[in-house]
Amino acid sequence: MKRVKDVKTKSVWMAVMLGLILPLNVAAEGYPDRPVLVTVAYSPGGATDFQARIVTMMAAQEPYLGQPLVIVNKPGAGGQVGWNWFAQKAKGDGYQLAAYNIPHFIAQSIVFKTKYSVDNLEPIANWGADPAVLIVNKDSQFNTAKELLDFAKQNPGKVTISGAGQFTGHHVAMLQLAKAAGVTFKYIPTKGGVKALQRVLAGDVTAGFNNLSDSYRSRDKLKILAIADLERDKEFLPDVPTFKELGVDVDNSSVNFRGIMAPKGTPPEVIKTLAEKIPPMFQDKKVINKMRAGGSPMRVMNRDEVMAMWTERQAYLADLLKDLKKK
Amino acid sequence: MEFLDYLPQVFTWTNLSILVLGTVGGLILGATPGLSPTMAVALLIPFTFQMAPAPALILLGAVYTATVAGGAVSAILVSIPGAPANIATLLDGFPMAKQGRATEALHYCFISSFIGGIIGVFVLIFFTPVLADVALQFGPSELFWVAVLGVTVIGSLGTTSVLKGLFAGAVGLWISTVGYNPVVGEERFVFSEHLTGGINIIAALIGLFAIPQVLAMLEESGHSGAVEMFNMEQHKLLASLRANLARVKALVIGTISGVIVGIIPGAGGQIAGLIAYDQTKKFSREKDRFGKGQPDGVIAAESANNAMVGPSLVPLLTLSVPGSPTAAVLLGGLLINGLFPGPDLFTVHAEVTWTFINSLLVAQVFMLVFGLAISRYSRFVTRIPSHVMAGAVTVLAVFGTYSVQNSMSDVFVMMTLGTAMYFAAKFGFSPAPVVLGVILGPIAETNFLEGKLIAESGDGLLPYFFTGTINVVLVAFCLLSVGYSIFSEVRKLKKQREDTA
Repeated sequence: MKRVKDVKTKSVWMAVMLGLILPLNVAAEGYPDRPVLVTVAYSPGGATDFQARIVTMMAAQEPYLGQPLVIVNKPGAGGQVGWNWFAQKAKGDGYQLAAYNIPHFIAQSIVFKTKYSVDNLEPIANWGADPAVLIVNKDSQFNTAKELLDFAKQNPGKVTISGAGQFTGHHVAMLQLAKAAGVTFKYIPTKGGVKALQRVLAGDVTAGFNNLSDSYRSRDKLKILAIADLERDKEFLPDVPTFKELGVDVDNSSVNFRGIMAPKGTPPEVIKTLAEKIPPMFQDKKVINKMRAGGSPMRVMNRDEVMAMWTERQAYLADLLKDLKKK
Repeated sequence: MEFLDYLPQVFTWTNLSILVLGTVGGLILGATPGLSPTMAVALLIPFTFQMAPAPALILLGAVYTATVAGGAVSAILVSIPGAPANIATLLDGFPMAKQGRATEALHYCFISSFIGGIIGVFVLIFFTPVLADVALQFGPSELFWVAVLGVTVIGSLGTTSVLKGLFAGAVGLWISTVGYNPVVGEERFVFSEHLTGGINIIAALIGLFAIPQVLAMLEESGHSGAVEMFNMEQHKLLASLRANLARVKALVIGTISGVIVGIIPGAGGQIAGLIAYDQTKKFSREKDRFGKGQPDGVIAAESANNAMVGPSLVPLLTLSVPGSPTAAVLLGGLLINGLFPGPDLFTVHAEVTWTFINSLLVAQVFMLVFGLAISRYSRFVTRIPSHVMAGAVTVLAVFGTYSVQNSMSDVFVMMTLGTAMYFAAKFGFSPAPVVLGVILGPIAETNFLEGKLIAESGDGLLPYFFTGTINVVLVAFCLLSVGYSIFSEVRKLKKQREDTA
């Protein structure tokens, strides 16, 4: 009798234990069993939206997620509306993900009172990296970055530099260059990179920081002076030097990284599944071909690499932007 | 005439069926409130990932053309502009529908869209090399003056009194400052969490136009008990065609305004339509009939917003600088299908480029045919009893507003603005000046701030904004426009005084 009772208690215990473990297992096993939403904090048709739609197009196929990733746009205030919503309201069940832009969201979380920061978001994987390049009009008097910097030294406040909005990669690149070269620039933030490029093409500003991809397309009307990255771009602009080569201490902190993230609180199993399956999806041949056709530079990074990159950027930007805080 | 060599490629069975699909779909999408041409094209681009380049480009071209025209359908029938570009169409289109002339208004709308559209595409085909650099002449100072020119129109838009129009316009300008400013990077007037993203133009548009209509409809059906909606006379197509072509002045003014505004980057169809409408009114002998169902208003507005389509692609294709918000979205779709704006456009990529341009041309024809066909059935919409209509319009308004950026905040904003507008309308205010303020505010403001930053590190504020041929010409236009308004207002007052005396 006693034995029977023992067995009974044991089996009850087992059941309880199993009950505790099973749901977690089921969540990871069956995940995802329905479409997953991906919030994009920019309008439909913008560069981030456009790329997000391409890199997620194979999600429903095996061996990737087996379920589609559906893009939902929540634009406004340079991304703040969408990311605020995501950090506050998104459920951490693995069915709500978002696209991130670095350095934008980290810089915004430092300068403004935002609901998001690197602390309440979980990186999954990175798909793209668009370095900023320093450009001037074809008819400009400046032929090298050095000439421009010398002019800026002699004429403080006279050099205008356009870029896509406040606290974006372009803005960070400008701040870095000003700090490293010991000069002052006047930053002209425009709504979007295309507008910023237009200001340079029209000769309204002295120079500009812009995306490598967009500048490359307009290369016949521009002079591309330098690239704000650690290495030259061998594929598109092999002749354009990095700032480091020119002896100016500007690293890759302004490179515009794009990828997928989840809200904090998403079960670790789910994050593990996503972190395993999403990078190969970004590297699907079809995805790569479409991205290349659209002129969008890719850089696939796994979760660990992205985590390291986030931490590094957070520390660097907190220092660079400490005087600009509006909190 | 190089485009003729590539024209036959459009006429394969696949391409033709895609054209039909794109045009009909575009007309329907355009007529859905909230789904602006920009949204429609953006949502469509992923579908073209799976298609061959030629049909993909044909689909995008057809949808762009058809959505712009389709937006007029809901403007005329239910007083919700399908897109900002159709505000000016509504001013006389909806009164026409109320008078039972909906079919006629729709006929004018599609015939004028066709004429404007074709001329616009021809400008793209023949004048692209000449006009390419014109777009770059419009820097911050020039765009600021373009917006100011738009503001000078506000007072005379759809109100009985200039003063009320100006007041409403000022309210609109204030509304446009709510939210995050991208130039200074500051938040303004954000006293509720729902306002962090600013007030979306489409949400304001739908709220201000549709909600007062809905409330008025409910009021009417409550009062009379009987169901009375405007009845409908069938209008012969040939009669419309003759009447439309006879109104040369409105067509010419509309098309020219559309072409010019199209080339200016960042202005877009809404401004084209409104400037065309205002100019037509100023040059018309029957000024008093505008706003009460004057066909000239519909013709000018619709020829303008479709004439804008072709020229808005001139700076896009040559410089990668889009001439309208929709053209900006289109850029991604063009790139992925192998059409690279820039120097190689008409040489290396000639085949894709011409296929796309030709599809725009042929899409105009399809748009005309299907648009006119749809016009015949508009009587079914107008026969709907007003209390049912009120419900349907509310659903469309909420759905349309939500779908713009998947935001419930936008719906609250839309409802609030709409209800406020309903009461303001009782005091003789009209929604058009408010919306115009909302649209022009950001253009004037961001360009002024950008211009100010540039000017401060250069020649200083005054020389920057007041020198240069285009600046001077635009300032002169602004002064003329204001002067003319004051002149005609004084004359009107004098006449009234004489009449009463």
